Formats: sequence, C-alpha cells, structure tokens
Amino acid sequence: MTGFDVVIIGAGVVGSAVARELSRYRVHAAVLEKELDVACGNSSRNTGMLHAGFTYKPGTLKAECAVEGNQEFDQVAKELEVPFRRTGKVVVGFTEHDRENLLKFKAVGEQNGVRGMRIIDKEELHRLDSSAGGEFAMYVPDSGILDPMQYTIALAENACQNGVEFYFGQEVVAIEREGEDYLVKTRKGEFRTRWVVNCAGMYAPEISEMLGYPHYPTKGFKGEYFILDKKAGKHLRIPVYPAPNDKGGFSTHATPTVDGNVLVGPDSYVTEGREDYAVTKEHLDGLIADGQKMFKHMKREYFIRNFAGIRWKRYDPETGEILDFLLEAEEDKPNTVNLVGIESPGITCALPLARRAVKILAEREQLAENPDFNPCRKGIRKYIEMTTEEKKAAIAENPDYGEVVCRCENVSRAEILQAIHNPLGVHTVTGIKNRTRATMGRCQGGYCETRITKMIEEELGISPEEVRYSRKDGYMFTGKVREEQ
Amino acid sequence: MRQTDVVIIGGGPAGLAAAVRLWEKGIRDILILEREHFLGGILRQCIHDGFGLTRFGETLSGPEYAARFIDQALEMGIPYMTDVTVIDISGDRKVTASSRDGILEIQAKAVVLTMGCRERTRGAISIPGQRPAGVYTAGVAQSYINLQNKMVGREVVILGSGDIGMIMARRMTLEGAHVQAVFEVQPYASGLPRNIEQCLNDYGIPLYLSHTVTEIKGTDRLEAVVVSEVDGRMQPVPGTEKEYPCDTLILSVGLIPENELSLSAGVVLDERSKGAVVDEYHQTSVPGIFAAGNVLQVHDLVDFVSMEAESLADSVVRYLTEGQLAECGLEVKTDGNVTHTIPQRISGSQDFKLSLRVRKPVRNALIRLSQGEKVILEKKMPKAIPAEMIQIPVKAEKLSREKDLEVSVVW
Repeated sequence: MTGFDVVIIGAGVVGSAVARELSRYRVHAAVLEKELDVACGNSSRNTGMLHAGFTYKPGTLKAECAVEGNQEFDQVAKELEVPFRRTGKVVVGFTEHDRENLLKFKAVGEQNGVRGMRIIDKEELHRLDSSAGGEFAMYVPDSGILDPMQYTIALAENACQNGVEFYFGQEVVAIEREGEDYLVKTRKGEFRTRWVVNCAGMYAPEISEMLGYPHYPTKGFKGEYFILDKKAGKHLRIPVYPAPNDKGGFSTHATPTVDGNVLVGPDSYVTEGREDYAVTKEHLDGLIADGQKMFKHMKREYFIRNFAGIRWKRYDPETGEILDFLLEAEEDKPNTVNLVGIESPGITCALPLARRAVKILAEREQLAENPDFNPCRKGIRKYIEMTTEEKKAAIAENPDYGEVVCRCENVSRAEILQAIHNPLGVHTVTGIKNRTRATMGRCQGGYCETRITKMIEEELGISPEEVRYSRKDGYMFTGKVREEQ
Repeated sequence: MRQTDVVIIGGGPAGLAAAVRLWEKGIRDILILEREHFLGGILRQCIHDGFGLTRFGETLSGPEYAARFIDQALEMGIPYMTDVTVIDISGDRKVTASSRDGILEIQAKAVVLTMGCRERTRGAISIPGQRPAGVYTAGVAQSYINLQNKMVGREVVILGSGDIGMIMARRMTLEGAHVQAVFEVQPYASGLPRNIEQCLNDYGIPLYLSHTVTEIKGTDRLEAVVVSEVDGRMQPVPGTEKEYPCDTLILSVGLIPENELSLSAGVVLDERSKGAVVDEYHQTSVPGIFAAGNVLQVHDLVDFVSMEAESLADSVVRYLTEGQLAECGLEVKTDGNVTHTIPQRISGSQDFKLSLRVRKPVRNALIRLSQGEKVILEKKMPKAIPAEMIQIPVKAEKLSREKDLEVSVVW
C-alpha cells in the first residue's frame, strides 16, 4: 500500500475533527477505525451537550478548548449542517450551600471566559422552564444541545469530501518504525505513514505505548441513560441541571435533545471494562428514582431506549486526581501527536483540540493549503422538518421524499437512500439509523427495520446474510427460510 | 381540497370491515388510506390458521381472512389508496397524507381511525445488558420470515407469552430452528390457551411462568440471555439466574394501540386501554372521529376487530345522516380487577356491547354491572383470564340515564 502523510487512529469525534482540520491542507491522510462506522464509542454515548465551560479548572486544556469550542459552534453547526440549538442551561439550587457552589462555579466560568452567566430567581427560572424545580438557578446562556452522532458524521464526511480516506474495521495492533516512516499494522493489513495521530479514545493509552509514550493510567466512569419519547420532550425546553457537587460533578439530570426527545442521566460509577456498554437493572432503577426528582414526566410509558457511555479519564495513580486532557508531541517520538484522556467535554472541545494537533504538524512540516478545501458539508434534508409546501416541492422533485419508510420519525425513502449511499461507505443498519433517525422512534424499527434491511440489500446488491446490524459479526439473518421455487 | 364523506385510516381488518359495512349501508364516498403496498394489514404476515371461527364459522389463515374483506371491497369498488401514509389529522377532520405522488389533503366529514397497534420493545421494558444483533420483536421476526423469506436465527429464546410469541415459537420450530423455551414474567400466560396447546405443548416447548430475561449478552450477535425467576412483585430473585446460550431472542411482551395520529387530532386517550376514550358509538372525544380495532383496544381475536369496526360503521352512517350523535354523559367506571372497558362513555338510552378484560385470572368470576345501588346485570364465568376479551351485550331497557355505570369483578 502506498504511504500516507498522516494516519489518524480512531474515528470518534476527535479523530474526525483532526481529519477535517487536516483536510484544510494538502496532505494524504487516512483515518483507521476498528468499528464499522464513526462515533461507535463514547462520541455517541453522551448527553449531546455543548458545554459552556464553567466547571473546568482555569488554565486547563479542558477549560480553554471548551470555551473556544462553545463560542464558535454556531458557525461550525452552520458549515457542517449539524442539528444544534443554543438553548442555554439552568443549574438549579435549593439550599444556601447550593448557592455558594453556584457562585463558585460562576466565578470559575467567568475566569474561563464564559459569557453572560447570572443568578436568577424562582420567577425567572419558571419563565425559562415552567417544570423546573429549584428555588433559584444559575442561567448559562451559552450552553447548547447538539446531535453528537450527526456532528461526528458531519466532521468525517467533510474530511472525506476534502480528500481524507476512511478505513473501517481496522483495529490497530502494532506500530513499527521503519526508516522515516511508521508502519501501522491492523488486523487486516498495514498502513505506511510519516505521521501518526493518536485519537483512539478509550484505547489511547495502548496506542500511546505503541508510539513510545507512557501507557498512561486511565479509568472509566460509566453512566447510564434513558431516552424518553418526544411526548415527554414537550415538557422540557431547556437543560435543567441540579447544582453541581463540590467537585463540579452533576447528579442525574434531564436534557432535551435536538430532535425533541429527553435524555435522563447519566449516573456515574467506575467500570473496569473498556467497552462495558451494558446497561444494568440496578442503575436503570436508580435513574428512574433520581430522574423523577428532576423531571416529573419520567414515566415508564415514555421509555424508548436506554444506553451507557463511559467517560474514560486520565488520573494520577498516586493522588487519584483526575487529570486534564493530554495533547503532546515529543521530539524523540518523531512525527507523532498523542491525545490521551479526552473525555467529557470532548464533543465541545473536538475542533479546538484538532486545531492544536494540526498546528503541531504544521509547525514541523511545510503544509500547503488545500486549494479545494470546502468547509461546508450538506446533511441529509429531513422530510419531517419540512413545511407542507416544502414537502410538496421536495416530492415533485424527487418522489422518494413522499414515501414514508419510518412512521414514527417520518423518515422518507429519499433520506434512507442518501444514508445508504453515504460518503463514508458505511452500510450497517445502525449507520442508517444514526444518519436518518429511522428506527429511533417509539416503535424502535417495528415498522421500518424490515424495509431498511431490504433496501440495504437491494441498493448494495448484497445477500441478507451480509447485512450487519452494527458490528462486524452482528449478522441479522442466517439465510433464507426456504429456497424459492 | 378534496372533500370526502368518510376517510378510513388503515386498510387492515378493522378498516376493511368498516368500509364494507359503510358501503352496504349506502355510503359511497369512502376512501381507505393504506401505507403499505397491499391491503390487509398485519394479517398478511399471519400465515397460520385459526382466524374466522367466530365471524365466518370456519378456520382461515390470516391472508385468507383478509381476502374475504378485500374481495368484497374490490367487488363493491370501494375507493382505496395504498402506499399512502397519513402524516396528520386535524381536529376539524382534515387528513394530510404523503405518497410518491405528492401531499394529499382531504377534508372528511367523518374520520375512522383503524391504525392497529405496535409491539412493545426491549427499550420499553428496559431489559438490561448489551446491545447485539439478534433481538427481534415477534412481529418483526414474523415479517422477515413470512414476507421476506429471511431466517432470523437458529437457537431461540422467547420472552413473553403473547400470542404472536407463541405462534413464532411454532413457526421457527417448523423452519428448523431450536426454540429452547418461552419465559413469561407474570404468573399466568398472556396469550390464549389454544396457542399454549397448539404452539408450545404440541412441540415440546416449555413455558416458564414468573421468569424473565435479566441480561442480554453479546457484543456483535446475541450470545446468551440470563433468565431469572421473579417474585410476587415481578422483581428478579437473586440467585435464580440461569444462562441460556442462544443467537436469537424473540420478544412478545405486549401490544400498544398506535395513536400518534389520534393525538395530532386532539383525541383524548385512556391511560388504561392506551386507545381513545370512546362512547357507545365508537366516537372519540373529537366529534366525527371514530375508532375501532386494535387502535382502540388490543383484541384477542381478529373476528372481534371486524365486528367492532362493523358496529362503528353503523354509528358513522347515523352520524352522516343526522349530522351529530347524542351526547353520552355517563361514564363507565371500573374497579381494580378490570383493566379497561370499551366504551368508556354511554348514554344509557340504547343497547351497546361492553368489552373488557380482567386484570388477573379468576375462577368462578362474577362480572357485575351496576348503576348506583342497582345491579344492571351479572355475568357468571367459570374462568376469566386476561388473555381473553370479555364481551357483554347490554340492553337499554335495563339502564338508567342518570347514573354512571360501574363494572366490577367479584369472586
């Protein structure tokens, strides 16, 4: 295989952002991802919050990147067509101790450069959200909500359209130095490259070690979530968080999503398992009890789905202290950029981190600008968001828009087709779901999944046995029921 | 905008039966809107027999049962459209639908809601564990196997003793899969006794009551499920966990009336039935909007779906002729032993059929209808079970127009 200038390991939000920022330059770059799509790890397993940056220690990379990432996001969302709303956030308090904590974090936020935060009384709180509990609150106008999956897809697609190559199902198992190059070995093959950027998320310590950096101590803080029906979403307009504890951590809260659902969670507990994404009865029961305190519409009839994510943090083994994001590039490990311990607020920080990583590259190499770079990426236009007149026009132009495939989310055949033929070449059922929201509604694919798998087979000319739900061996069908006569 | 007397939303058994009866009664300006490519609804994938014993006095397969109505509708020339998905109904009965031909907007005098129901999912009942491929609701598995000729797995565990789950236990066994067991969280089966006999016992498939799946294992494809016994409050009993290696988990854990469109029209739903609150005319809280079939209440037999829709059609005719229907000011109240009733409102001045289900199996049950102190009627049942819908005809002459009707089960 011919060599690359840069290989990025990991197609989470950070790897995809690095790829996108790198594509501003004339470089031959590849992203290697062990899963079959982008954002299969914690980039999609989070609250979808665009953090303002008032809980991070001033001067840290977390604080710096969160504020930078937050304040530029209107522009980013516009360029990449990422579903995003700058909702603001209220952090509610009940006690004097809560008030002290809120004032403390308000001061931290101001030091970090967060704009417009203020303490509001009960009356104003209820004007912002009539269902919010609390005696007073801190209002943070800069906070927002976004679709983290769509954001990662958008970054990756934009990078891809600007020339970066994506390789899925490529788990990196070794990295060897060969002359001036690195040989990145995966379970499927080898990639020769001059530069390596480690964006492996939870697996960053392993890649770090392969590059000659330490195997940094990290550990997982897992959190589980419920996704509630859009019927519950009607009662929540703005994220309502409880006052943070002394360390800046939030207990279970309710957050609206850009699509109108509600997320209740996460809780937080330590896990050893790197991909321990299983949900547990104990924690789901806990979420129900805690969630009802913050959000009175936390009812079983609204449960659509649940999931877990893991904030995989770097820590100091001697003090146990949680450490800042690590972004390093040491001279004695030539042509490497090492990102370790990137967890929450990783979504908010992805592009600022990517710029810093690319800057390191640009300082050591003469990077020529990519004259064809286009910062804009078109998303799939959603039928459900069109007005009746827009729908009529869309169908007249493309009749596939009139054919509703997913009844809960009103996703049309046109959208499913665009998703199946996505620029990254992702073919899983989950990939189609994450690009269109088909199967994400209350019937969870009861109506449309049978149609979508058939469309995947027809459009790609593959057999039912080749259809994958989300992972490599996640087959959906064992074959035909009977041979056709 | 197109004007139509009656728009019927859904061309399944309820919609078809309503359309045929309306036609028989002289209503011609009807339009059935069906989102699938064929009429027939869910019956199309129900290729087993057992349909029609009540309605036609013989046993038919699902497609055969549907064909009885489809053939009639076609012969009559009842207007219908397939591949058309209704996306909105307004409170003043404007129906908006989407198809490859564009957006269809129709002003109807009466709207008949016959959208059927959907299956409860893994997410709705919050089964813990991982999220591999290989977890299907029974109806989805049935659709893949019977309509698309695609086999979903080989080593099967079924959670829930709903009728479709039991039917799929038999179906998958017949197609060479190994069905290890059916687990039911409740202390009694939720499906019909005949299905326990014909689908499980006849094939040696064990049914474990008071058991549920407490963990799903597998990263890519399902590898195993952990099953636990549950106590009287349906909570898993620690120490009873048993792991069943399998590649497929079929869920048959309940059906929910599909009322998203009803809500868009402002129709008031009943927390208990999850369907619309209707009066003895099957009219919802929105005048001119009627509901029948599984969108109104989940039925045990399709025969009763058809009959409910036929009764609805009679009311729609009256509504079209008279312009409005008499107000039904009396409420039908239930005690804790009844899950719900249809109708929920009556006038007290005409005959109607009361449908209900009991919350748990009861031997020597007495179903009592009363108004205040006065007992209207009592129906004795040697055995009443939640799986069976109970129907009781009530005569107007026994009713007062003054007091709410109370329905109770005693034993």
